[in-house]
Amino acid sequence: MNNVLVILRRELAAYFATPVAYVFIVIYLLMSASFTFYLGGFFEREIADLEPFFHFHPWLYLFLVPAIGMRLWAEERKSGSIELLLTLPISTGQAVLGKFLAAWLFIGLALALTFPVWITVNVLGEPDNGVIVAAYLGSWLMAGAFLAISACLSAATRNQVIAFILAVVVCFLFLLSGLPMVLDVFRGWLPQSMVDAIAGFSFLQRFGALSRGVIDLRDVFYFLLVISIWLFANRIVLEMKKAN
Amino acid sequence: MIEAKALSRRFGDLLAVDRIDFSIEPGTVLGLLGPNGAGKSTTMKMLTGFLTPSSGTAAIFGHDIQGEAMAARRLLGYLPEGAPLYGELSVLRFLEFIADARGLHGVDRRKRIAEVVDRLSLTEVMGQTIDTLSKGFKRRVGLAQAILHDPPALLLDEPTDGLDPNQKHEVRRLIRNMAADKIIIVSTHILEEVEALCNRTMIIARGRLVVDDTPQGLLRRSRYHGAVSLSLPNVEEAASRLGALAESAEVEVRRGRLTVFPSSQPGLFEAVSRVIHEQGWAVDQLEYEAGRLDEVFRRVTSGGISA
Repeated sequence: MNNVLVILRRELAAYFATPVAYVFIVIYLLMSASFTFYLGGFFEREIADLEPFFHFHPWLYLFLVPAIGMRLWAEERKSGSIELLLTLPISTGQAVLGKFLAAWLFIGLALALTFPVWITVNVLGEPDNGVIVAAYLGSWLMAGAFLAISACLSAATRNQVIAFILAVVVCFLFLLSGLPMVLDVFRGWLPQSMVDAIAGFSFLQRFGALSRGVIDLRDVFYFLLVISIWLFANRIVLEMKKAN
Repeated sequence: MIEAKALSRRFGDLLAVDRIDFSIEPGTVLGLLGPNGAGKSTTMKMLTGFLTPSSGTAAIFGHDIQGEAMAARRLLGYLPEGAPLYGELSVLRFLEFIADARGLHGVDRRKRIAEVVDRLSLTEVMGQTIDTLSKGFKRRVGLAQAILHDPPALLLDEPTDGLDPNQKHEVRRLIRNMAADKIIIVSTHILEEVEALCNRTMIIARGRLVVDDTPQGLLRRSRYHGAVSLSLPNVEEAASRLGALAESAEVEVRRGRLTVFPSSQPGLFEAVSRVIHEQGWAVDQLEYEAGRLDEVFRRVTSGGISA
């Protein structure tokens, strides 16, 4: 566990030693605010909740999380520091976990910095703060799932651009699998149970429930499971592809 | 002690390292020589546990590199090829990270960092971001991280590659100073380095270990070993006269320079000196040859001669 913390601290130090952290946080805040107020019609709705804020998170994460995840391993591979890292007395699993947690905490920090919107809605009305907490949790969990996917794909290449594009595509598939237009394709020839299963993979549906304040442990468990599986895959990819 | 038994690594169809055996005792500075792509780095990467062997085993002071990977890694310091570092961190922050990863705590941690900083003269750049350092400083930081936990075995992959002559000299001095009770493996394709640094040499070619010897032993394999070279105006006359000596086996003239190779009869140098003296030749240069490493290297790595 201590080794995981060592990696985590180094990663976080690296974020803030470069402009990456600041650029990410500023862009994230600007975009989530503009989505909320312009596209989401936060004021026009005259409802004291954060639905317009959380509604766009999946789409925001679709591009911003792979941008954070793409460098996790591809950069280490490119610079050769992966050889330094993986010959320290730290296991591959610990390194995978440490890097993931650092990035996840970092995204969590960016998410936490959106608190003014929460204050705003409390000033303007009397929202259900329980729903908002659940939605924040769901948003962070979903970001973690995107991140685990991005990290794993980043381990497969030394090229960050490739890592980014692959991650966006895979994340997009996970997002889309719940949309009617995708499900309609399967509905014609697959039994309903299979269609439901495909819909069950959808981040949109799972996150939708959480953002409405319904904390179903199955949804929480689903995101944690997706994270675990992709991190496990991340470890395997690293073990297999150390050489180049 | 570092031991390898039939250590092999395959990349697809390419057999990068082919059944290498060796055993290295403390106090050894081993020069790992070979052409580019011969398998030097792959061998090192297997010893560090970064690459898993396709077959065969190796052990670091009795700890198997696969079965007891963590115990083996703790005993190793490693400078990967090109000395990759975390460029966005400051030197101090980077060394602290390595110290943490190596499990150093409290006073011990501070002391070890202070010691390597002093040893590698890094004091002036401690607060500087690694990316902004010169190549020489970066290499020193790389060495600093390798020796931070004072490991009994050091693996240095081309530690002087790309450095200027002064920096090379400095890195070699550092390695020599650490050599007394450690195992140090230095991979290189710079032959002068082997003579300057090592007390044992292994040459790898096409994945096979072709020579395992001392640098002196390596020189003895040279056809120039014990030969006498001289340059003088009347080369042709000198060549025929020296070729007739009982101590000489053969003479060779190359670019106005005459080399006399020894026969089984000893005392070639004295015999040549005597002839020069008797004939009153105006000799510009006279040299006793210890052997030429580059010639041995070329012969061993291109031909099929084995140890």
